[in-house]
Amino acid sequence: MSTDATLSFEEAMEKYDPVLGFEVHVELNTKTKMFSSAPNVFGDEPNTNVNEVDLGMPGVLPVVNKTAVESSIKIGLALNCKIAESCRFARKNYFYPDTPKNFQTSQYDEPIAYDGYLDIELEDGTVFRVEIERAHMEEDAGKLTHLGGSAGRIQGAEYSLVDYNRAGVPLVEIVTKPIEGAGSRAPELAKAYVAAVREIVKNLGVSDAKMERGNVRCDANVSLRPHGRERFGIRSETKNVNSLRAVEHAVRYEIQRHAAVLDSGEPVIQETRHWHEDTRTTTSGRAKSDADDYRYFPEPDLVPVVPSREWVEELRATLPEPPAERRKRLKQDWGYSDLEFRDVVNAGVLDEIEETIAAGATASVARKWWMGEIVGRAKNADVDPGQLGVTPATIVELSKMVEAGKINNKMASAVLDGVLAGEGTPAEVVEKRGLAVVSDDGPLLEAIDAALAAQPDVAEKIRGGKVQAIGAIVGGVMKATRGQADAGRVRELILEKLGVNV
Amino acid sequence: MTETNSTELIRLSAAQLAAKLAAGEVTAVEVTQAHLDRIAAVDGGERGVNAFLHVNTEEALAVAAEVDAIRAAGGQAAEELHELAGVPIAVKDLIVTIGQPTTAGSKILEGWHSPYDATVVKKLRAAKMPILGKTNLDEFAMGSSTEHSAFGPTRNPWDLDRIPGGSGGGSAAAVAAFEAPLALGTDTGGSIRQPGAVTGTVGVKPTYGGVSRYGAIAMASSLDQIGPVSRTVLDSALLQQVIGGHDPHDSTSLPDPLGDLVAAARLGNVDGMKIGIIKELHGEGYQAGVENRFNESLELLKEAGAEIVEVSCPNFQYALGAYYLIMPSEASSNLAKFDGVRYGLRVLPEEPPLTIERVMGATRAAGFGDEVKRRIILGTYALSAGYYDAYYGSAQKVRTLIQRDFEAAFAKADVLISPTAPTTAFKLGEKLDDPLAMYLNDVATIPANMAGVPGLSLPGGLADEDGLPVGIQLLAPAREDARLYRVGAVLESLLEAKWGGPLLDKAPSLAELVETQEAK
Repeated sequence: MSTDATLSFEEAMEKYDPVLGFEVHVELNTKTKMFSSAPNVFGDEPNTNVNEVDLGMPGVLPVVNKTAVESSIKIGLALNCKIAESCRFARKNYFYPDTPKNFQTSQYDEPIAYDGYLDIELEDGTVFRVEIERAHMEEDAGKLTHLGGSAGRIQGAEYSLVDYNRAGVPLVEIVTKPIEGAGSRAPELAKAYVAAVREIVKNLGVSDAKMERGNVRCDANVSLRPHGRERFGIRSETKNVNSLRAVEHAVRYEIQRHAAVLDSGEPVIQETRHWHEDTRTTTSGRAKSDADDYRYFPEPDLVPVVPSREWVEELRATLPEPPAERRKRLKQDWGYSDLEFRDVVNAGVLDEIEETIAAGATASVARKWWMGEIVGRAKNADVDPGQLGVTPATIVELSKMVEAGKINNKMASAVLDGVLAGEGTPAEVVEKRGLAVVSDDGPLLEAIDAALAAQPDVAEKIRGGKVQAIGAIVGGVMKATRGQADAGRVRELILEKLGVNV
Repeated sequence: MTETNSTELIRLSAAQLAAKLAAGEVTAVEVTQAHLDRIAAVDGGERGVNAFLHVNTEEALAVAAEVDAIRAAGGQAAEELHELAGVPIAVKDLIVTIGQPTTAGSKILEGWHSPYDATVVKKLRAAKMPILGKTNLDEFAMGSSTEHSAFGPTRNPWDLDRIPGGSGGGSAAAVAAFEAPLALGTDTGGSIRQPGAVTGTVGVKPTYGGVSRYGAIAMASSLDQIGPVSRTVLDSALLQQVIGGHDPHDSTSLPDPLGDLVAAARLGNVDGMKIGIIKELHGEGYQAGVENRFNESLELLKEAGAEIVEVSCPNFQYALGAYYLIMPSEASSNLAKFDGVRYGLRVLPEEPPLTIERVMGATRAAGFGDEVKRRIILGTYALSAGYYDAYYGSAQKVRTLIQRDFEAAFAKADVLISPTAPTTAFKLGEKLDDPLAMYLNDVATIPANMAGVPGLSLPGGLADEDGLPVGIQLLAPAREDARLYRVGAVLESLLEAKWGGPLLDKAPSLAELVETQEAK
């Protein structure tokens, strides 16, 4: 594999202006396939979720999956698209064994949704509008596995196996218009755009939206032009960039590669490129040219899809709040700082915090619990925070106990462990583990005397006004009481004893 | 049962057989066996009709026995038996069936067994009609003579040296040779009606969408339609009533049923109806004997009270040309699936490398016949970038014009009439090397497919010059199939009266044919 020359990203940006374009394929999570009644299920034994239609047997006919049409309309609406009053499917003809009929049933010049946009918020809050050209329905192909060669590649393989379980899975392909003006933020925008599309389809409930399973797949188009020139440069299309990070890296790499090609005075070749996660580079696929003639023509086995305006409006009315708007609303309602809110979003606990607040916690308590206690535990357990098993009710109960002074924060954390260990409700855990704040000052004063005696120099410092040194004494007391003391009360008593007024 | 009984049984219509079965005068096994015997006697051998590619003896007799048992037991199950239960039928080998091979007349599918039944086959099974076997056809239904079958041509029972029409020559010949009272055909440009015309049988192409296409191996999806083949108009109505109706597996099938076709065929009435002669579909280019029989039918209809009017469909002259762009375009895509990867023939290239492209290429080169290749090449060209608008695009515009011609014509007439085919049956081999001459045989049948309207062909008598059957075609507006049966039944009875009985009684070589076979 030869390595292409690249310029540094900074140098590329100095000389050239990138234009991007994306084709994002979203696999819908319908029960059955796009044109057959076979189950649409990921990960089953090869060639079990197929019937005669998926295998392209002689005589079969497709029938459009109504739920897939519904999902496609929802996606179109969420992308602010117009919904076609009537649209047809077409056949894209090409011979390849992952396509059982040797044509793919897709939409060509009549997409179900067109002329939309999506406002993308970059990390610093800048909003960038991406224009959507179209979103159209089509069917997925089967999956080929090449064996007997190296690294599963077709070159040098002895034979290939084909699994048609994926053949006919409903897809919506979302195509942007050329995205101009992103400048050096192009890679960041690329990632943010795909993330936003993924979030939208997940939020709509129309796709499982797992990129690692190929539910959302991105082809990234990149071209460069010298600053100030209007005409687009020649583009490359990097296929199957299937993680958010990879989208960012692939766009960055292609910008650097194109810049080097243009600098050398050579023309950029219009071609597809393959992304390699290991080297974070792309390699040449096949040249795209007029020789690619798919002989599109309207699919004669299907009647046009004619979504009534009433149906479209019904679907519009059921759309969930767009993720970006919801975030804006929640941030304001909860009063989090920019940083706090971004951390919450990145930790993926937005829904959980919302539910916890709804269950009766304050915004700051909910955030403290999820970000301070649960996210870390989830990371250790290698699950999503929401899947750890902490209910909003548990958090509300725990926070009320702390507020009432029945337990302190440290104990509350232990109680949470108990709840997660299946020991019962927080109240039951407190009871079983014998956890309760020691509220009788008598034993505390004894412990404080002992701690002060053990660290006379610290006691002297506190007397002298260095109140911040108190931690060592409080720590000693807590240790002596095995954490059952109320740290706040201990502090008060120490200061009282030493005659320090704060 | 005596020999005579058996010979008489096979000459009965489906409606007559159904009546005898219901009355208990004959058993379904006797009826089925009589037809199987006839197939054994006349279908095979050097000079046999060769209407069948596969004979389904065991299953057909089993279904017949089941019908007899139900009828013998009486009660509700017997009462609920379909009118045609026990009446045997032949199925064109383009329609898939569980338990029998389906070849589409092609080497590329030789030995392939479908894992599913076509919707029409499911309906035949539900009606408990014994399936006698699968009938011969031009490969993938591409042809007008059945000579393009990979398994040898079918012979016309009227003259064994002549073609039985195509692509459904097997179904038409089986019915004409009394090997089956009924058969299923498919009609993309005339493949039911033209064989009907040249074999003296009845064939109907229903309204597009009237019968589910699920399980009919597609040639041109927007033109294909399954329909009945029989010896009487009533029998076709009975059969269309069984196979028609909406099918959730075929989105192009019509949501509503087409009305009571059997009642239309039984009532038969033309009094006060306007019947339109299509100016462009007779006269020049039509054999004199065909033209004479056509004019005779017009006279008979007029005498029966119909008003004969003339209509013009000026765009029909472009129908053949447009058809030979749309049909191959769709066919080139529909036949792409035959690549040796999942089923059917697989041929490995003689030289390495053994790549998938080369396996597909070798398989298709060896598996398809010349006519199929010709149409795939035509269609691939017509759909190619840069040619699409000029060819496929223009052809679709012509299609719209043809539909408008029909609309205008049906504003003036209830039913249209024409000869079904410009000539009587030609000699085997006569047009094999001249595809254009072969294509011209469908000039009168193609417009109906282009517009999706129903068409019926019935025997109109024998041509003076060669004594061979001539077909009369009736056309009705979409969804008005009942009109075809109403007018067809009247014309049929008028013609029978004129010719002194069913036309097939006059077929000269049938008796000889049996003798030839028996002598062997």
